Amino acid sequence: MRILLIAVALVMASPAFADSDLPPAYWAYRQLPDAKQEAKAKALMEELRCLVCQGQSIADSDAELAGDMRDLVRRRIAAGERPEAIRRWLIERYGEWISYRPTADPVSWPLWAAPIVLLIFGGAMVAGRIRRRRA
Amino acid sequence: MSRALRLLPIILLIWILGIFAWRLIQPDDPTIRSQLVNREIPAFDLPPLVPGIAGLNSTGLATGKPRLVNLFASWCVPCVAEAPVLAKLRDRGIEIDGIAIRDTPGAASAFLTRYGNPYSRIGSDRTSRVQLAFGSAGVPETFVIDGKGVMRLQHVGPIYESDIPEILSALEKAR
Repeated sequence: MRILLIAVALVMASPAFADSDLPPAYWAYRQLPDAKQEAKAKALMEELRCLVCQGQSIADSDAELAGDMRDLVRRRIAAGERPEAIRRWLIERYGEWISYRPTADPVSWPLWAAPIVLLIFGGAMVAGRIRRRRA
Repeated sequence: MSRALRLLPIILLIWILGIFAWRLIQPDDPTIRSQLVNREIPAFDLPPLVPGIAGLNSTGLATGKPRLVNLFASWCVPCVAEAPVLAKLRDRGIEIDGIAIRDTPGAASAFLTRYGNPYSRIGSDRTSRVQLAFGSAGVPETFVIDGKGVMRLQHVGPIYESDIPEILSALEKAR
C-alpha cells in the first residue's frame, strides 16, 4: 500500500521548472516610460508566442525566456524599431509559428477567403428559398 | 436545390471532424526548430563568463574548421547528463565552444569543476539575446557551425551516446 502511495505521489508530482539565479531582464517587468511606445510594445507582445509555455503569449507568460523576449521587444521599440520589423526578425528565426497574427501568405488565403465564400453560399441559399416560395 | 448541395454542410462537418481526429491522433512534437539551419549565423559578441576562459564572438566561429557551439547553463539539469558525452567529443579532437545562458561566474565555475570543461571558449549570454538570435528555445542545444560560419545542424536537447554518430557525420559534411 505504501509503495503504491509513493508511486502515485511520484506520478502526480510535476517536475520543477529549472530557472536561473539571475534576476529577470531589465525590461521584462518594467513598462517603457513613453506611453505610446509601451502601447506598441504591449500590442506586439500579445501576438508573440512564448517559446517555453507554447500557447501563451510572451505578455502572459512568466517563463524566464518570455521575460527576455519582452526585454528584447521593449529595447528595440525604445530604439525606434517598427513592431513589424521585430516580428519579421523573430519569424525569420522561429517560423510563422511564433506570431499569432495570421499572415497574408498563400497558405492562409483560404482562411481570409472563408468568410466571403460562406457569405456568398448563404446568400445563394436564401435567394433560392425566396425564389421557390414565390413560384 | 440539388441533393448533393443539400448534403454539403454535412460533408463539410465530417471533413472538419476528420481533421480534428487526425490531429488528435498525431503525437505532439513540441520541438522548436531554428529556421537558420543552412544559413549564416547572426553576428554577436559575448563577454567571457569564467576567469581564464575567453569569451565568444561570431567572427571567432568562422575559422575554416567546423565546430560545435553548445548552449548550456549551470542551472540546467539535462546539461549534466550531456557533460560526459561532450567530454568524449572533445577527446576526439572536436572543438566545442559554449554559450552560457543566464549564468553567473560562480555557479558556472562550480559546474565546470564538477562535471569537467569541454569548452575552448565560453560566451556569457545574460538575457538570452544570442539564444534568441540563433532561433533556439532552450538549453541544452548544440549547433554544428561550418568553417564559413554557416549553421549546419541544430540538435535540440542533451546529446546522448546514441547521438554521437549524427553529430560526427554533420561535422564531416561541414568540412
